Formats: sequence, structure tokens, C-alpha cells
Amino acid sequence: MRAQLTASGVTRRFGAVVAVDDVSLHLEPGEVVGLVGANGAGKTTLIKMLLGLLPVSDGIVAMFGATPSRSSRERLGYVPQGLGLYRDLTVAENVSFHAAAFGLDASAVDLNDDLTAMSDRLVGSIGLGRQRQLAFACALAHAPDLLVLDEPTSGVDPLARARLWDAIREQAGRGAGVLVTTHYMEEAQQCDRLVLMAAGRVAASGTAMEIVAGRTAVQVVTESWSEAFTTLGDDGFEVTLSGRQVRVPAADTDRVRQVLDGAGIDAELTVVPATLDEAMVAVSSTA
Amino acid sequence: MSAGARSVSVALGGSEVLHHVDLDAPAGSVTAVVGGDGAGKSTLLRCLVGELTPSAGEIRRPDRALIGYMPATSGSWRQLTVDENVAFVGRAFGMSAESIEQRRTALLRRAGLSTAADRLAGALSGGMRQKLGFVMAVIHEPELLVLDEPSTGVDPVSRVELWRLISEAAIGGAAVVMTTSYLDEAERARSISVLDGGRVIAAGTRGEIIGSFPGSIAAPDRATVQERSWRRGGAVREWHPHGSTADGSLGPGDIEFEDAVIAHLLAARAASRRTAGT
Repeated sequence: MRAQLTASGVTRRFGAVVAVDDVSLHLEPGEVVGLVGANGAGKTTLIKMLLGLLPVSDGIVAMFGATPSRSSRERLGYVPQGLGLYRDLTVAENVSFHAAAFGLDASAVDLNDDLTAMSDRLVGSIGLGRQRQLAFACALAHAPDLLVLDEPTSGVDPLARARLWDAIREQAGRGAGVLVTTHYMEEAQQCDRLVLMAAGRVAASGTAMEIVAGRTAVQVVTESWSEAFTTLGDDGFEVTLSGRQVRVPAADTDRVRQVLDGAGIDAELTVVPATLDEAMVAVSSTA
Repeated sequence: MSAGARSVSVALGGSEVLHHVDLDAPAGSVTAVVGGDGAGKSTLLRCLVGELTPSAGEIRRPDRALIGYMPATSGSWRQLTVDENVAFVGRAFGMSAESIEQRRTALLRRAGLSTAADRLAGALSGGMRQKLGFVMAVIHEPELLVLDEPSTGVDPVSRVELWRLISEAAIGGAAVVMTTSYLDEAERARSISVLDGGRVIAAGTRGEIIGSFPGSIAAPDRATVQERSWRRGGAVREWHPHGSTADGSLGPGDIEFEDAVIAHLLAARAASRRTAGT
């Protein structure tokens, strides 16, 4: 099968700065791939090149097997983080405008009941969650073969998030390739595969399980959890606290024991698998 | 001291945006308020810090001088440097130059902002600006620290640093209240309140929220009732309002926090539709 998107050895330089450095990736039909990484890791620059909106300095990008162009972008659905809606037009006007741009009838945009009920309202006056659903409905109207979604579920409640993910899955189910960028593990975990960028390069890729595999954290269980947190932090450990649970990602148990003993803190230490969040931070900071 | 809200309602522009909301924010711990845009999170925080007066109910909070508030816009002045922003807030709270200097140096170092002290706030990345907003909110060692979506625009690496700062503030004795729309983030807090349509629909620790939704959650091969089912990766989850199902229900150990919150939301919305129908 021909990939929806391919990058081979793609590099982008801005003067002396190498924003994207020798990146290769591919997105197959029916696949949901998450592009994750810290701010400044090169995600946005890479996407612009993949879509043909920014020339590469080196390497090759392809959309549906050919150089990205206006005509290949007709098969693309894109929802930027800013949503790309006209806030001073109504819901219905946004829908007609979007449909017309793709040469479609406004009825091609499939609005849910809530949005239909608001069709005469200015987009700027409806909730952000609703705006997100509208942008999504517009992007899907021309049944795109490729979907690019920037933090697709930010600002929505957990049920709306689940519904948006159902819709994303449905698109993948009919063969669209979906590229999602996100900062949140809740979204990353929904992807089939992740590509983790750090300092312009691909620092890790694979399923969430593959990225976490072999990475551990030391879990510290103690009555003196706040003292343990403070002591380990002061000693330079990348310690985190969830509720009363103290965790030290990628740490050596003996070193943790030594520091706690030194402070007279009695604690039970267990080596546990790292969370996806912890694995990502570890990969990003060693890159 | 602890802070909180009891049966707080707020009407804005003729419509009620908070309905009888209770919130308890004990000293020394982090309380998360989670919900989508428009759920009422910011309105509740504005009541807590005294920016907004509820139309009914009671707010408990310390004196204004003992409250630190980081609004969703992070609240810094773009044309001032990092140092100037922090000093400005410190002076506004009547701190001496000496104590501002001491506290500022320590906080900026812990926030990883020491090398950015002379940069204009407007030139910082999203993550750095949020961390600056946090430093400004805690400079005067508040007893109540209120953070509105502190992690918005913050990448995973900076988020770890931000969370460490939040944890340190709570361990230092402050009552911390923060909002988020992501459950993986809310889960880090000691207790969580889920807001939907201006009402608290679930509250407690992670375990209490998983243990308290009405009905049951099943894992069928395919969804039987579309409105009550959702996907979890490759699997399907379905909420059943009345007890167990033919397909068997998931035990508490197999229910993820996110699934439990979705069940709470479905139950609350079904109940409010019933109320509206009668």
C-alpha cells in the first residue's frame, strides 16, 4: 500500500539553526500516528514540510507518493490548534464557506444536533469545545485521505474527548491516515504509533508500550512522603509527586535509598515500569 | 488555612453558570478542578480569589494579601523582564526589596528561569511564560494558591518542572487549587472535582471517583448503545445505568479513571435531561 505521508532524511535549516535534522517517517492508510515532543523539538517545521508549505533543505517528502502540491492537498483535512474558523461569521456561514472552498454543497458538512441548533450563532460566541467539533466536521466534509490534527481535543470535557477520538478512529477505519500532534499522554495513548521528536531529530518511535519498554521509575512509599519528595529534589533527583505517591523516574534504587537513609527517612522502594510521560521526558532530556 | 466554596451559585448575563458548587481545598494539598471549556472552572476560581461575588452561597478564603492567583493568561507584563515582573508583584504585596531578591532568586532557579531573568516576558516560550506566572503567584508565600490551567501550552518536559513547583508549594503548606481539561493531569492531585455545566458531578480522590459512579461499565466486543459507549484504544467501553450487564461488568481494578469520569458525565447528563423533561 502507498503511504499517505513519507519523509526520508528530511532536514531544515534556518541560517545556522538546524530545526529538523535527518528525520524519516511514514504514515500508512488507516493508521493514527502521534507526533510528540517538547516545544522547539521541530514538530511544526516538520509538518509544514510534509504538507509542502515549507521547502526542505535536504531529503525528500512525499504526500500520497508524490511531491506535495495543491492537488494532493485537496485530499488533506487539517485542523490547526487555532481551529481556522471565522469567529465573526455564523456556524452556517463557516460551513458554506468551507464547503465552497472544496467545491462541495454545505450539506456535505455533517453537524451534530447541538451544532445544528446553533447554526445562526456567531462562531466567536459559542463554546470552544463546540468550535472544535465544528472545525472537525468541516475538515471531514470532503472525506480526506489524510488528516492532520494539532492537539485535537484540547479544552474539551472527557466525554467530548472520547467522542472526538471515536470520530478519529472512524476516519482511520475507512482508510484515512491520521497524524496527531499532542503534549498530553491521554491523547498519545490513543495513537497506534508514536514518533517522539527531540532537538530536531526522531528520538524514539513505536507503540506507547515499545517506547516505555525497559524504562523504570523508583516508587517511594513512606509516611514521610513530603520529606522524601523535598529531600530527593534537593539532591537533584527528577522527583515527582502524585497525591502522596513519590516517584523518581530512571533512578538507581541504591542511590535513592542512600539519600533517604542519610535523611533518616524510612521508606519502601519498588522499581516499577515508567509511565509514558516519564519515558518521554527521559528520551527528550537525553537527546 | 483551608479554602473552599459551599453551595456557590453564580449568574452571569441572566444565566446561571455555577449551580450550588461545593469545593474543599485543604491546606497542604493540591485540589484539581477538571472540566471542558464552559464547564465553569474559571468562574469558580474567580469566586475563590474574590474577583467575582457569587449570587448565592459562601466562599472561604484567607485575606487578599495571602492569596496567589495565576489567571489563564498567566498574568505577566510582556514588556517587562522576568526579574521586573516578579519584583513588581512582590512590591505590590508590600515585600521588602531584600526578601523579594531572596525569594526571586530561589524561585527562578527552581523554575529553571535563572538564565532568562533579563529577558522580556513577551519573548518567552509558552512553557517559560507559564512558569513565570507561577513564580509571580507564589512570590509572597500565599496560603491559598489558585492556578487557572497552568499547563496550557506547556510541553511535557516543562510540565514536570511546573508540577514539581506546584507540589513544593503544597508541601510548604499552601492550599493549592488548579484547573485542567486533562484527566491524566488531574490525577496527580490529592483530590479532584469534576465540573460539567456548572455543577460538580463527581468529587474525591481518584479511587473514590472510580468507586462511586452509578451503574456499571462493560467491555463488549461492539457497542450496543451508541450514546453510552466509547472507545479505549482498540477496545470498547459501555456504561450501563442499572447495575451489571449480560456481557459482564468491569471490576474496579479494571476501570480506568477516564472511563469512570465518562460514566459520571453520562449519568449526570441523563439525570439533568430527566429533570428538564418533567
